[in-house]
Amino acid sequence: MTEPDKIHCEEVIAHMLSYLDGEIDVAKRAQIDRHLEECRGCFSRAEFEKGLRDKVRQTGEERPSPTLQARIKALIEQF
Amino acid sequence: MRAGPSDRAFFEAEIQRLLGRLYGVALRLTGNRADAEDLVSDTTVKAWSSLGQLKDRQAFPKWVFRILTNTFISGRRGAPIGRTTPLEEDEGRPFSLFEKLHQPFLLWWSNPERELLNKLLGEDIERALDSLPESFRTIVVLVDIEGHAYGEVTQMLGVPIGTVRSRLSRARSMLQRALWEQAVTAGLVAGPLAKETIHD
Repeated sequence: MTEPDKIHCEEVIAHMLSYLDGEIDVAKRAQIDRHLEECRGCFSRAEFEKGLRDKVRQTGEERPSPTLQARIKALIEQF
Repeated sequence: MRAGPSDRAFFEAEIQRLLGRLYGVALRLTGNRADAEDLVSDTTVKAWSSLGQLKDRQAFPKWVFRILTNTFISGRRGAPIGRTTPLEEDEGRPFSLFEKLHQPFLLWWSNPERELLNKLLGEDIERALDSLPESFRTIVVLVDIEGHAYGEVTQMLGVPIGTVRSRLSRARSMLQRALWEQAVTAGLVAGPLAKETIHD
């Protein structure tokens, strides 16, 4: 018999992305935290998803072209 | 409230500081450089004209990115971004790169998922993002790049939170499938994994 507040890998995986987004209730978060401390497979999965998320986030930074820089500067000078 | 010289100095410094991120997010949303540059310009004008409404200047970055996103959403032609076709919303089989790559017993000396992550370049992610239908790409940009909470996305897109959750899940699945297909085509996946078909 499992302890009442323990959850299985399937449930952790189902909630993994909401968990990583911080969009999960406190009790469920605590359950997943505890599971990840004990389950190497789910821990590896969480680390992979975080790593991929970081890569996606990094695409939100681009060097603006000199044309855009000049355009914005000219706009602000008119304000 | 009329903006003064100190407001302009503050505004210019903040826009210059954030320009790389504003342009990056605009590029991911629009998918092309010309539209992205127009979006950043339009955002700059709108932000300046409503600067008086910003009470807390510490909140400028979040505020200006919200203006950028709202300008993108309201400026699109065609169907509202909150709407998708039934085909797009069809759940299909969720796709997980981790499940494709993780080999806990066969390759205990190796870590294929970490190796792929290390090989993925920014341009690979960008190409995969660009391949998503617009409504799915937008939700990934809002949550994964801009860092908005689900509740904020419901307001921006005008859809219920359940739709945000399901569409985000679908979008991430589509993104990972696109990355897998690219990895197989480019030979980034080594050994027996590379022999699997991309539609497996």
